[in-house]
Amino acid sequence: MDLLATLRIALRALKVNKLRSILTMLGIIIGVGAVITMIAVGGGAQARVEEQIKSLGSNLMIVIPGSTTSGGVRLGGSSAQTLTEDDAWAITREVHEVQVSAPSNRGSGQLIAGNNNWSTVVQGVTPEFLEVREWPIVSGRGFEPQEVSGAGKVALVGQTIVRELFGGADPVDQQIRIRKVPFTVIGVLDKKGQSMMGQDQDDVVLVPLTTARNRLFGNPQGKLRRVGVISVKVRDGQNMKDAEGKIRDLLRQRHKLQPGADDDFSIRNLAEILQAQEASSKVLTLLLAAVASVSLLVGGIGIMNIMLVSVTERTREIGLRMAVGARAGDILKQFLVEAVTLSLIGGLLGITLGLAGSLAIGQFAGWRTSLSPESIVLAVGFAAAIGIFFGFYPARKASRLSPIEALRYE
Amino acid sequence: MAGALIQTTDLVKEYLVGEQTVSALRGVSVSIRENEFVAVMGPSGSGKSTFMNLIGCLDSPTRGEYVLAGERISSLSGDALAAIRNKRIGFVFQQFNLLPRTTALDNVELPLLYGGVPAAERHERAKRRLIEVGLAERMDHNPAQLSGGQQQRVAIARALINDPVLILADEPTGALDSRTSLEVMALLQKLNRDGMTVVIVTHEQDIATFAQRNIHFLDGRVVEDHPVRNVSDAEALLHQARTPETVT
Ligand SMILES: Nc1ncnc2c1ncn2[C@@H]1O[C@H](COP(=O)(O)OP(=O)(O)O)[C@@H](O)[C@H]1O
Ligand SMILES: [Mg+2]
Repeated sequence: MDLLATLRIALRALKVNKLRSILTMLGIIIGVGAVITMIAVGGGAQARVEEQIKSLGSNLMIVIPGSTTSGGVRLGGSSAQTLTEDDAWAITREVHEVQVSAPSNRGSGQLIAGNNNWSTVVQGVTPEFLEVREWPIVSGRGFEPQEVSGAGKVALVGQTIVRELFGGADPVDQQIRIRKVPFTVIGVLDKKGQSMMGQDQDDVVLVPLTTARNRLFGNPQGKLRRVGVISVKVRDGQNMKDAEGKIRDLLRQRHKLQPGADDDFSIRNLAEILQAQEASSKVLTLLLAAVASVSLLVGGIGIMNIMLVSVTERTREIGLRMAVGARAGDILKQFLVEAVTLSLIGGLLGITLGLAGSLAIGQFAGWRTSLSPESIVLAVGFAAAIGIFFGFYPARKASRLSPIEALRYE
Repeated sequence: MAGALIQTTDLVKEYLVGEQTVSALRGVSVSIRENEFVAVMGPSGSGKSTFMNLIGCLDSPTRGEYVLAGERISSLSGDALAAIRNKRIGFVFQQFNLLPRTTALDNVELPLLYGGVPAAERHERAKRRLIEVGLAERMDHNPAQLSGGQQQRVAIARALINDPVLILADEPTGALDSRTSLEVMALLQKLNRDGMTVVIVTHEQDIATFAQRNIHFLDGRVVEDHPVRNVSDAEALLHQARTPETVT
């Protein structure tokens, strides 16, 4: 018997018990909808992390003063400022794997422009900083060498500052006061979004490192030119671990640390942390999908239940079909097609529900969702597989009836 | 016996009911030639239906041999039996056994569906059969919209659709009034005249006289097997009934 005729018989049988068919489908509809929505939510989380990795620069490491924990205990004296600007230059110069490294200092300060004021993060940087962070300037220009060496009163501002302090207008060549010191805005930084800790990376103003040290945050470190952070960009294709080891050796040597003594600095591989986060968001996606699959499974059991009822109800019909020449295989096919039709229609409606569900979650919960065509194909394939799997037993039961017993069935 | 279409040898059918064995057939040897019209008779429970189901390949015997058109049925697989039911045998049931909520046309097409006949040809052949049994106007009616006699004629059209060699009818008139019974018998007699082998079950003596041969069952055995002296003509009786003036 051809498939088209079988399909027509299946659709007719499903139409006879419309409400029952719809209720049975509901399990699959909800299951497929849940799988698609959950994968979209998990995918959204994953996409966010991936974007952060990109915004951070994939080969970024940072060196900060003070040792990290040793045996879980943070050692005393760790807050001491042990890194210098020269450490940064030495890293660029002597570690082959490093493309560039940038020293920077960080503080907070009140910004005033016209009648507006805004509290923000003030960072003292060198031009290398923007290179390391892969942070383009969208308007205006960067720092000139003489502005860095001569402690020029120029500033680059982040997008949040543009919005909060200048009402979105182009601030280039405008005057601002940082900690009451007047500066000229020379450029605007590209949007970076949230950091992995949830901080707004665009809420920042960058000034030359020398300016920060000499004019804003006083000069407590004197001639040593101490810095708070050294950001390091490793060359593409170079091993991060090798680079980290060489930087450690170099700094220990420069800081004249005895063998066995703890480091007085620590190196963080941010990309690595993010990659760990990415991995965990992948696990989260899987977990969500697995939980949603359970409802798909329950839907499958519903199909099996209804198909068993259907086989019992239609025993005489089966007997008659066999009496006029249906083979066991024809009967098996008929009920299997019926179960798969049920689950596939449910699957298609489930896609609609899944799309609506992920849109709604994006809208109302404000979570980011990312719909993937794969998840849709997967969910529908899964629904069809469930139809076959759970339809098989009832269909086989029907096909194994003896024609005469089926005909005599009351 | 040479030329026999149906040849059974010591057919035994036993049913296990709980712990008891019920013998429905206790050794039935019957031979039916091509183009015979046979009526199987006997009291209720004597094994008539069991016999019909066995020769209709709907069931298999506990013991004994059944040869249909030279083929040993007992040795065939389930699919081969299905093919025989589909192509060579037309079965008519007492309760019509039409698919509910399905048009007369679709019901008649059913055997063709399982015979792998393409859709266009299916419709064509089913229509022709329905016209033959006088239901040209009723093709799109569901069984619920048809009278008993009309339903039985749909069932006969379905039995005929694959040009079988054998028509089996288990009490085809059991659920019909005398008038429609006559119509059905006239149809079967016409088929027989055109060369079809027909075996029916009945417990009504007057229905049995439309056949050429009567086989009597009792307790699962054949107790009598004789030709019918004066075969009645159902068509003639119908004609009489239609024109009552000529009778008186
Ligand atoms: N499926 C069955 N299970 C148990 N007993 C059966 C079954 N079918 C028929 N019988 C028994 O076999 C005997 C013959 O039945 P059947 O052939 O239907 O008789 P008839 O058609 O002559 O009235 C009866 O005693 C009946 O009870
Ligand atoms: Mg009977």
